[in-house]
Amino acid sequence: MKIILISIAFIIFAPILGGLLSGLDRIISARMQKRVGPSIFQPFYDVFKLFQKENVVVNSSQNFYMICFLIFTVFTGAMLFTGEDILLTVFSSTLAGIFFVLGGYSTYSPYSFIGSERELISMMSDEPMVILMAIGMYMVTHSFFIHDIVAFDKPAIIYLPGVFIGYLFVLTIKMKKSPFDLSMSHHAHQEVVSGIKTEFSGKSLAMIEIAHWYENIFLLGTVYLFFAVSPIIGILVSLLVYFIETFIDNTNARVKWQWLLKSSWIVALVFGATNILILYFVK
Amino acid sequence: MQIVMFLMLFLILFPLLIMLAMAVINNQALRSAIIKISVFLIAAASIWLFVLNINNSEPLMFAVNIDFINTLMTSISVLISIYIIYAGFRDKKYWASVLAVLQIISSLAFELAYSGKIHSEYDLMLDNLSLIMVLLVGIIGGLICIFAIGYMAKYHHHKLMKDKSKLFFTTVYAFISAMFGLVLSNNLMWLLFFWEITTFCSFVLIGYTRREDSIRNSYRALIMNMAGGLAFLAGIAWLFKTQGIIELDKLMALAPAAAMVPAILISLSGVVKSAQMPFSSWLLGAMVAPTPTSALLHSSTMVKAGVYIIIRLSPLLKNTPAGFALTLIGAITFLLASFIAISMHNVKRLLAYSTISTLGLIVACAGVGTYQAIWTAILLMIFHAVAKSLLFLSVGTVEHGIDSLNIEDMDGLILRMPKVTVCLLIGISGMFLAPFGMLISKWAALEALIVANPFIAFFVVFGSSATLFFYTKWMGKLIMIIHPSENQEKVVSSAEWFTMGTLSALTVLVCIAFPSISTHIIDPYIRHLYQQDVSMNTGNIVIMLIMMALILTLPFQILLQHKDKKHVIAYLCGANITENNLLYEANTRFHTTKMDVEELKLRNYYFENYFGEDKLGKIGVVTTTLLIAVLFGIILI
Amino acid sequence: MSYFKKSPWLIHYDGSSCNGCDIEVLACLTPLYDIERFGIINTGNPKHADIFLITGSVNEQNKEVIQNIYSQMPDPKVVIAVGICAASGGVFADCYNVMGGVDKLIPVDVYVPGCAARPEAIIDGVVKGLDVLEQKYSQKNNTDKKENA
Repeated sequence: MKIILISIAFIIFAPILGGLLSGLDRIISARMQKRVGPSIFQPFYDVFKLFQKENVVVNSSQNFYMICFLIFTVFTGAMLFTGEDILLTVFSSTLAGIFFVLGGYSTYSPYSFIGSERELISMMSDEPMVILMAIGMYMVTHSFFIHDIVAFDKPAIIYLPGVFIGYLFVLTIKMKKSPFDLSMSHHAHQEVVSGIKTEFSGKSLAMIEIAHWYENIFLLGTVYLFFAVSPIIGILVSLLVYFIETFIDNTNARVKWQWLLKSSWIVALVFGATNILILYFVK
Repeated sequence: MQIVMFLMLFLILFPLLIMLAMAVINNQALRSAIIKISVFLIAAASIWLFVLNINNSEPLMFAVNIDFINTLMTSISVLISIYIIYAGFRDKKYWASVLAVLQIISSLAFELAYSGKIHSEYDLMLDNLSLIMVLLVGIIGGLICIFAIGYMAKYHHHKLMKDKSKLFFTTVYAFISAMFGLVLSNNLMWLLFFWEITTFCSFVLIGYTRREDSIRNSYRALIMNMAGGLAFLAGIAWLFKTQGIIELDKLMALAPAAAMVPAILISLSGVVKSAQMPFSSWLLGAMVAPTPTSALLHSSTMVKAGVYIIIRLSPLLKNTPAGFALTLIGAITFLLASFIAISMHNVKRLLAYSTISTLGLIVACAGVGTYQAIWTAILLMIFHAVAKSLLFLSVGTVEHGIDSLNIEDMDGLILRMPKVTVCLLIGISGMFLAPFGMLISKWAALEALIVANPFIAFFVVFGSSATLFFYTKWMGKLIMIIHPSENQEKVVSSAEWFTMGTLSALTVLVCIAFPSISTHIIDPYIRHLYQQDVSMNTGNIVIMLIMMALILTLPFQILLQHKDKKHVIAYLCGANITENNLLYEANTRFHTTKMDVEELKLRNYYFENYFGEDKLGKIGVVTTTLLIAVLFGIILI
Repeated sequence: MSYFKKSPWLIHYDGSSCNGCDIEVLACLTPLYDIERFGIINTGNPKHADIFLITGSVNEQNKEVIQNIYSQMPDPKVVIAVGICAASGGVFADCYNVMGGVDKLIPVDVYVPGCAARPEAIIDGVVKGLDVLEQKYSQKNNTDKKENA
């Protein structure tokens, strides 16, 4: 019963929060560029408008993948907040990502296609570190269940500083922020137009946006796990991390995929794997 | 008890009978009728055996005690060796002849030296691990035979060669019989005999087309596996010399220290058979064989014999340096084979590498030898057998439809061969997507390895992200919607449809039924070995079932979608050519800046510079050879 | 209630402009004018855009491109011709390769005069375009309702 209530709460409040965060992101970015920026509700206006647009497609099956993407992203987030198995949560989020990528492939449009390929490279780059994060949580708390991890009596960050740094690094990839926004970006003027999203408009584009709101809340939720002992610190750190990501987004130029793959795997090995090995041998 | 014994003998002997029938019957209609009936009987017998022994945690032992059988086996293996000596000279592959001579000498020497003294108390054995193997061979093997009826009828025409399907089916039935023998034997001499028969069948089938490359590859497989067989024999001889026993169950009952040398030698043989690095090249070469062979021998059954024996010996290897070395071999193979698969254009080679990598994961788990790890290894074996045979067979069908095995030629296959593509998609999902089988087992493998040694888990972490990459990009190619095209599926026969349909259903079913497979078959085996219960959290099972339900029901949503969609052309910077008012033409043709007409082609990434076969293959061979040397070092000490 | 006024996304296409108007269009994005305040985004992708903003005249080579991009935009959509060339062909009107203003090819909803058009004028044009967008949306809604009834 509790699980259902939390899930419903997540389904309702996560997009509200995620949309506000996204609006905040745009305001902060604008301020960093000495602009005023839009209203904090701008992301909601955009999405509502998209729902009022005509449904334009390249083929009949493309929207199906985006519906799956949205459903499994929501599912992933609900699993995190109801305290399920962390590895299963990670795999579910991968599944959602794969539907997103497949949607891009299905259109046979060059920009969507390149976006999909690059998104796949991003997934391949960030996946090891994300799983290492889950492994690290297990090494500390001896449980894969998020409700046990949250209930652990010390903050996991004490044992997992390296994993945290590595996780922050791949979080930039996960949130699709520059310098790792290879597969798409919010604004124009780039070499792949809108990447995977190029052929999606109207309702399906709105669904993609909403899915990203859910995803951001999910990702910040995983950051919270490192500081779960004190909810206030946890939430503050999550917000700080979001601010840092916005800052990185505004101060870095996009890198090539080679650099993305190499750097993220090296970071995963140097920070993540080493941290876990030290934990293993010290105990 | 007697029924069980009867069924076991039936499973070993009945395929032999059919083999003889295959060898003499020329009429194609009669042959297919016999195949269908025999497959039904074999599958029924395996399922019956399974039903009789479900939940049975104590192994059942059976004595045969007919000396004549031993003599018969010895003479058959000598005959095979003599044939190999002859063939080796004929095809100028002298190493094969040398190994065959060595084999004759060593096996005869062993039997003569102890003639009359070698006695096995129980020759046959049935426990849950053999039961699982029996089911895999009986059901998947049978389905592949049915597929082969339709497939082989077209194969010779495609390859421009004369019809030799008689030889094909004869060998396949000999193989099935040997495979049943292998998994049901307790007498190690018997096990070795069946082991060598599977090697020989594989040799015959790889060289099936008698082309230059197939002959070369068949000898490579033969030589490596015969060398492995010699290690096996050495293991048995050592065991008999030091302990005076020749049975698997008694070997298992020994103290790990006493059993270490034979366990390592036999595991080495298993490492060769399951194509682990540095021996993986034989399995890649084996891809020249007809596709049903690849599915049957080189993905779902024979290579599983290699991991089967390692899983059997796994409790002896637990927490030993040898076990760790084996684990490392498996882990390195898993990692590198997954990486190399990224650079593969040929889809059969891609599947071969993915098979090698999965087997590597199984070996890694077996080497760890904790109860969770063995549980995982068995799960991996089941899921992989089902999904991979489906993939191989579908790919074979695709090859007959589009005359290519290159992934780049599979653009938009979903419109050209829709039903086969759905089978392929199910197979691929089965290999790496949540909540399908292989992912469940990879997850279990991660948990088991993290508990045992996180260092090994790193290999799995990086390897599985590569798996994600190469399977998804292939999937992407399949589901592209390009333009309406002619259906190329008409060449597919009903026998092939039957097999692919059943295997697709099985891929989904084993995932749904996985909790009960675990509690009724695998758990009793683990409990018998370790007095431990492995169980998955029920909450997780519920979640996986929800995910499965979503994945199975969501595709229907395509049918229910509203009709208010407007189709427009894809964005090509506005340069689309729209003169004929055909949307799909405008999607793929555009004006260049010189106003030339250009056709749109989209190509995947393969990253040969980073994940190329040559580079990573060498690294794998060097590191794993070192580990094999370490294993030999352990033996000598 | 429609949200087009709150979130107009546009695609900017340079016909055969001398780049004068283009620079002014981009100037609108700069901190001085900051059109993102009104939720305006330059998407660079017709599938996401509500407003098709064209600078420069239509010529023989790009007429197909303009038509394609226009056809790829989902309804409701608005075309804004920025600068005198886009409105009528301007000084290039008599060139052998120039067809004339954008309205020779696709229906134009708002004309922004000027050579080059000033940022204030462009923003003003976009704001006018938003009214048209709103109008088109409610028109479409009404006809849909009638059809359903």
